[in-house]
Amino acid sequence: MKKFAALVLSLMLVLTLVGCASETTNDTTTNTADVKSEGVMTYAEYAAAELDSEVVIEAYVQATQSWWEDKITVYAQDKDGAYFLYEMACSEADSAKLVPGTKIKVTGYKGEWAGEVEIMDATFEFAGDATYIAEPMDATALLGKDELIDHQNKLVSFKGLTIEGIEYKNGEPGDDIYVTVGLDGNTYDFCVERYLTGPETEVYTTVGTLEVGDVVDVEGFLYWYEGVNTHITAVTVAE
Amino acid sequence: MMKKYLTLILLGSLLVCALSGCHGSMGMNEFVMPEEFDTTKNYEITFWAKNDTNITQVDIYHKAIAGFEELYPNVKVKLKLYTDYGRIYNDVITNIATGTTPNVCITYPDHIATYLTGDNTVVALDELFVNEKYGLGGSALKFDSPKMDEVIPQFLNECSFNGHYYALPYMRSTEACYINVDLVEKLGYTLPETLTWDFVWEVSEKAMEKDADGNYTINGQKVMIPFIYKSTDNMMIQMLRQREAGYSTDEGDILIFNDTTEEILYEISKHAATGSFSTFKISSYPGNFLNAGQCIFAIDSTAGATWMGAHAPLSDIAADKFVEFETVVMPIPQFDTENPKMISQGPSVCVFNKADPQEVLAAWLFTQYLLTDDVQIAYSQTEGYIPVTSKAHNADVYRDYLSRIGEDNELYYDIKINAANLLLENIENTFVTPVFNGSASLRNAAGQLIENVTKSVRRGETIDEGYMEELYDDVTSLYRLDQGGKSDMSTGKKELGPLPSASIALIAVLIGVWLIMGVYVITVFAQKRIKNKA
Repeated sequence: MKKFAALVLSLMLVLTLVGCASETTNDTTTNTADVKSEGVMTYAEYAAAELDSEVVIEAYVQATQSWWEDKITVYAQDKDGAYFLYEMACSEADSAKLVPGTKIKVTGYKGEWAGEVEIMDATFEFAGDATYIAEPMDATALLGKDELIDHQNKLVSFKGLTIEGIEYKNGEPGDDIYVTVGLDGNTYDFCVERYLTGPETEVYTTVGTLEVGDVVDVEGFLYWYEGVNTHITAVTVAE
Repeated sequence: MMKKYLTLILLGSLLVCALSGCHGSMGMNEFVMPEEFDTTKNYEITFWAKNDTNITQVDIYHKAIAGFEELYPNVKVKLKLYTDYGRIYNDVITNIATGTTPNVCITYPDHIATYLTGDNTVVALDELFVNEKYGLGGSALKFDSPKMDEVIPQFLNECSFNGHYYALPYMRSTEACYINVDLVEKLGYTLPETLTWDFVWEVSEKAMEKDADGNYTINGQKVMIPFIYKSTDNMMIQMLRQREAGYSTDEGDILIFNDTTEEILYEISKHAATGSFSTFKISSYPGNFLNAGQCIFAIDSTAGATWMGAHAPLSDIAADKFVEFETVVMPIPQFDTENPKMISQGPSVCVFNKADPQEVLAAWLFTQYLLTDDVQIAYSQTEGYIPVTSKAHNADVYRDYLSRIGEDNELYYDIKINAANLLLENIENTFVTPVFNGSASLRNAAGQLIENVTKSVRRGETIDEGYMEELYDDVTSLYRLDQGGKSDMSTGKKELGPLPSASIALIAVLIGVWLIMGVYVITVFAQKRIKNKA
């Protein structure tokens, strides 16, 4: 009897693993598909929409800021562009499901706050099993140019930036870190946003150890606050 | 057999404990003032503080802690910093549930009213204030503390509700209107002696004219929002008070959903529709627009004065976006120029209760230390705050500071000192709203009304009677204003009402099961005894 039970359990384990594997395969397959549902805007339509108008988009979660009072702020992207979903209505249970890659359909209003174009007062629903994780776009050559804003909110990378200043918002670790970087004689203000990558994260710790003069490669979301203000998600000291 | 008894007793005890603890727990014994402060034992107290994203303020907290620890080497103060009152509030609420509140906390009286729903969570300070040795100006203090009558009475009274003092004021500010006077005059107006709402609306509308290229004629830019309000909570509260309309009673009755509120919202919607009015939440910081010549009337706290003006020492906008203009600081607009009214705001400090009264006393001593002249004056100078004691107001160093207005664009920044002077000259004209359990929600609701109307009109919605009815319902529901703000704060107990029927049924089942188990055990025991006797 024991042998039989062991056999059944083993079979169940094998079947479960097979099931998981086939699910992963499905995900990979669907990565190539990015078809919008009916009534959903393409990125181009969203970009052209007037401020304060209602927008409906579908995109894939790339990262989230911490859930707070039934709201969550999401960095989302599709193959054509990116979206900042500011304080989107979300239960705590659903917030746990908004992992990178998850496809969601979002309805809200297009707004602009200090230069950051975002979707506010939004609600969302999960939109199927397809997944998509964006590769960072190298935006180094665009830094300082007007075209950079066309890529607002995308996951981007900048290479060969020189650290000009590191300042904790409160003067000590815990809150945001203001990172001033230089390239080709120009200065830019980036940020380690604590609600995105807090003190427990590697990037927060690493940035805290940087010194003026260090040359770094940076990845992050192309956020805007009175100008480009990338929310840094990864940093490496260049060789 | 003995094991069975033990198990039964233990499980029974567990059940009794669980049942007694499941409804309305979190209580603490009332704080009892010790005769002496025990300097032979070490205490670590936690201080949760708020700063305005201003490193100098953080430095002053550190300096205050170092100064205090030098006087009381057996007390260590651990600082935790926040830049948002809302986050402190949420963290405190979370930590009340787990019994891990800080010892000392910068907060608003509205928030304290909610903290009081736990038994003896916050220490009533009445007895501590007047204690001969350790009270305000007490004989056993190791520092020069202000006496009770040296704390500005209006500010101290703001910390008293339901018959007790639950906090000490720490800093006070009000709101100010920071005005680009060059643009006002360019539009053909002269600033009146007292700013009125009508004047602000009229000038703002006039500034909306555009040229053929779509630039605003007043500033030649693509962006112009003539009137931006930072805190719409305050906007609604002050407009209602100025018009002597209802907001709430002292007991917590909600009066805000009245005809005057509706009139105010209609007026605001007209100007939101033209784009002449916006809010911080919708557009961004008023100061950023003001300094770039894209706003004429920027209303923000006097505690934000260092961010205001063409030469503001603190700024988030690039240097090349600044434009040159003269900034005038005035009290917020009024409906009745003969009877100006403006809000009193700013941080207060409360002390949380702990099991060890000595720890509470250590926290109280530190709280009081925050009212010493050095701390008060230094912190007030970081922004357009004013100290909360007449002792500090009259100190030579403070008088000297005020007299040196405009000497530089840092410590003596003219806009900042003008903002402080504005409050110093209007202390008698300040007011606060009633504090009760739920008053923090009501405050949020007041602002939400304005935010919603402004957003709706921008989105092309029609603002009419039907809209207003729906708005009132939505905001009532969102902030749970229909669930009764009244609470019994005299005991600090929240009325939880009768147990739900499901809970009663569960408890009945549990008791029934235990009774059956008891009967079974007794029966088995009796049978064994009979067998043994036989």
